[in-house]
Amino acid sequence: MEKTTKVVDLEKVVIKFAGDSGDGMQLTGTQFTDTSALLGNDLATFPDYPAEIRAPQGTVAGVSGFQIHIGRIDINTPGDIADVLVAMNPAALKANKNWIKKGGTIIVNIDTFTKRDLEKAGYENSPLEDNSFEGYNIIEAPITKLTRESLKNSGLDGKSIGRSKNMFALGIVYWMFNRPMEQTEKFLKKKFAKKPEVVAANIKVMHDGYNFANTIEALPSSYTVLSANLKDGTYRNVMGNQALAWGLLAAAERANKELFLGSYPITPASDILHELAKHKNLGVKTFQAEDEIAGICSAIGASFAGSLSITTTSGPGLSLKGEGLGLAIMAELPLVLVNVQRGGPSTGLPTKTEQSDLMQALYGRNGESPAVVLASSTPANCFDWAYMAAKITLEHNTPVVLLSDGHLGNGAEPWKIKSTMDMPEINPNVDTEKGEYQPYLRDEKTLARKLALPGTKGKEHRLGGLEKEDVTGNVSYEPENHEIMCEIRAEKIQRISDLIPHQEIKGEKEGDLLVIGWGGTYGPLYSTVENLLKEDFMVGLCQFNYINPLPKNTADILKNYKKIVVCELNSGQFANYLRMNFQGTIFSQYNKLQGFPFTTSELEDHFKTLLSK
Amino acid sequence: MEHLTNKDFTSDQEVRWCPGCGDYTILRAMQKALPMLEKKKEDFVFISGIGCSSRFPYYMNTYGFHTIHGRAPAFATGVKLANPKLSVWQITGDGDALAIGGNHFIHALRRNININILLFNNEIYGLTKGQFSPTSKKGIKTKSNPHGTTDEPFSISDLAIGSQGSFFARVVDTNPKLMQKIFVEAEEHEGTSLIEILQNCVIFNDKTFTDITNKDVKLDAQLFLEDGKAMIFGAEKNKGIILNGFKLEVVTVGENGITEEDILVHDAKEKDPTLQAMLARMRPPEFPAALGIIRAVERPTFDEGLLSQLEYEKENAKFKTVDELLNSGDTWTIEG
Repeated sequence: MEKTTKVVDLEKVVIKFAGDSGDGMQLTGTQFTDTSALLGNDLATFPDYPAEIRAPQGTVAGVSGFQIHIGRIDINTPGDIADVLVAMNPAALKANKNWIKKGGTIIVNIDTFTKRDLEKAGYENSPLEDNSFEGYNIIEAPITKLTRESLKNSGLDGKSIGRSKNMFALGIVYWMFNRPMEQTEKFLKKKFAKKPEVVAANIKVMHDGYNFANTIEALPSSYTVLSANLKDGTYRNVMGNQALAWGLLAAAERANKELFLGSYPITPASDILHELAKHKNLGVKTFQAEDEIAGICSAIGASFAGSLSITTTSGPGLSLKGEGLGLAIMAELPLVLVNVQRGGPSTGLPTKTEQSDLMQALYGRNGESPAVVLASSTPANCFDWAYMAAKITLEHNTPVVLLSDGHLGNGAEPWKIKSTMDMPEINPNVDTEKGEYQPYLRDEKTLARKLALPGTKGKEHRLGGLEKEDVTGNVSYEPENHEIMCEIRAEKIQRISDLIPHQEIKGEKEGDLLVIGWGGTYGPLYSTVENLLKEDFMVGLCQFNYINPLPKNTADILKNYKKIVVCELNSGQFANYLRMNFQGTIFSQYNKLQGFPFTTSELEDHFKTLLSK
Repeated sequence: MEHLTNKDFTSDQEVRWCPGCGDYTILRAMQKALPMLEKKKEDFVFISGIGCSSRFPYYMNTYGFHTIHGRAPAFATGVKLANPKLSVWQITGDGDALAIGGNHFIHALRRNININILLFNNEIYGLTKGQFSPTSKKGIKTKSNPHGTTDEPFSISDLAIGSQGSFFARVVDTNPKLMQKIFVEAEEHEGTSLIEILQNCVIFNDKTFTDITNKDVKLDAQLFLEDGKAMIFGAEKNKGIILNGFKLEVVTVGENGITEEDILVHDAKEKDPTLQAMLARMRPPEFPAALGIIRAVERPTFDEGLLSQLEYEKENAKFKTVDELLNSGDTWTIEG
């Protein structure tokens, strides 16, 4: 008989699933996410996994985590620290000990707190038996043992049984938060369609976990998080990389262009390649090249031949693509270069987030080679910014660098599904009229040249990386011509600012403190500014998506505040860029280089200090 | 179809190679070969990297793209995949293709993308003024290795065959007739067609191929391979190639009981590349250099593979539009 337990309604809650990288924590977290999304919660998620595929089992280096923040209020970040931690082994507990709220609930798989596993995690004694976690609500669940017990008659081998224990943990958490299990059952039936015994086993284990939580006295109450007050419409859950790929697909369809992706696998950008590779049905051509350079070069070749061309990468790949990008700038061909930033320099922190490629995106090429630079700022708006990147590149015939980051790319949130017809129209700038063709003849207003695609009669011409003569595009070493061409290439980018919307401000339009961010830091910056506004502080948030060119009203915004703080996950690249563009304005900085996003609490502390001075 | 002549393929740009450079002959041979192909002028695309040879596209009145050093195969791949109807020609040199661009070169051959690669091999860097290249003969003294190179040169044919190349031909820059014939056959071959052109650099590596091309020796130093024909060569047309054990050997018909029957007959279509590789490796003075189409085998092309997948997926797709994709999977609706 089901016990009656007090159900407590929560505004929001942060849950973290952590275990060995082979424990299936990403899948467990994703299932909890999908179920919560279907219940109408607003949410944000973030997976945190090691760079190694299978780091030594049981060690802190091998811990894989998945954090989810759900709420019935507006959720903008995956949460600073967890209210509930599921730790599948001692290493998972150790890795997350500073990321769990004081007094929070920790569910541990007690079967793994053996001498051997404790040693692997670097514990001499069990942290559960000293005072390390005093004041926390520790639930010691014998997950391994009960999973084995649950499946002893399933006919599955020991290894397969062992692999099901994440479902036991998921069952416990489903009970804690009053979630139905149908969504996960449906998922399991589909995923293991050819192995009904595996489906049955996983469902049974999940139910046993659920019932275990219901039975034990350790859990004082179960919680519920009601539906968020989201706007009417049809929603789905999207990850940043997926949304970005879909934005490109939508742009290709609206532009009536074939989409071509030339790419080389790299963390954390590969999922864009994977997503686009699935959609050959929509006419997408994906080319997994032999290296990063061939990725961008094949894309430029396809662009020359008329495709909407994309290349995707992360930090080290951006370095390799520099020369190719310079050629696309010189040849004035459309190209979207997506850089999903990660920690650097060099190989750096492949699975962690950072915003330290900004200067490279803006200036990391030989010669004066200006590129349009855009940045997406939430997982869902990766769709919109990918679309805009494609629109700008096709209409202006100049490459666009789109900056995302590991946190956005792997993060997920509900997305109110857009229709491609809601997106602005795209008019590729191609010469389709009969008559003479001058490759470098420009539109007077935008300075963009027109393309002529191979296969078009009478418009044969040669492009190349050597300096071009204005209008004809012939090779030219003339001193004056080179200067004119350098000016035109720069001016052409600046003129895009005539066409983009004005920069928006969240919060106070004038006041004591302007918080400036760009790209993926929007979630924590917005949440923090909202909190301060509730306390009647005169603060505003200015989150940039257009980096080059900057929106035209930027200078006006800066004048309206007593203090300005530029917050970024690097040591001040955007702050310096602003200093260069707006000399005389004083920009203070708040920077973090830990591979993790800002927490709202650290931001709030810093902003309050600034406001009190 | 409009009848085209070599003039249609000549651009208005002044040709700026050194006087006496082998590149001029190649350019003229190409301008004469293209009208022989039943194709429209606007469907030809010339892609090059960096180097003397890579200026070639500027002199062709076709679509062209002078790209960056070593990467031309990647650009050419992108062009071909984006529009498979185009006839795509990559122009490259030994430095561009085999040093900085070695990776792209082998991968193009491995994939068998349907493009033609003209590799101008002069065994030297010309545009950077005379450094040794990956095909320079070992020991050659250059500005960048005044005491003689200690590098072993690449064997282009072995590299091509090792990369699963489906078409390999060789020609000398003094033989425009053979060039034209090979260019036409290269275009007709489905897959990556690699043509090595032994090209003389008059400034930095003059006479490096005279052991093959000199008038006094060429009849004995060149073997023209023709599919189905015996490998006979020499001033007297009485020399031939036989396989003796594991090795090739030059013999004279009529001596030591050798008859024409004993001479190897060329088979460019044989998929096993062993003999073709051995022939391609031959060099004077012991052997004549093999010229002509050494290997031309059928193998599925990369572009056809991609296109057929695309067609299959389009026909069997769950979604035909992006909107259908966006609305697929788990969604939920909120109504006020």
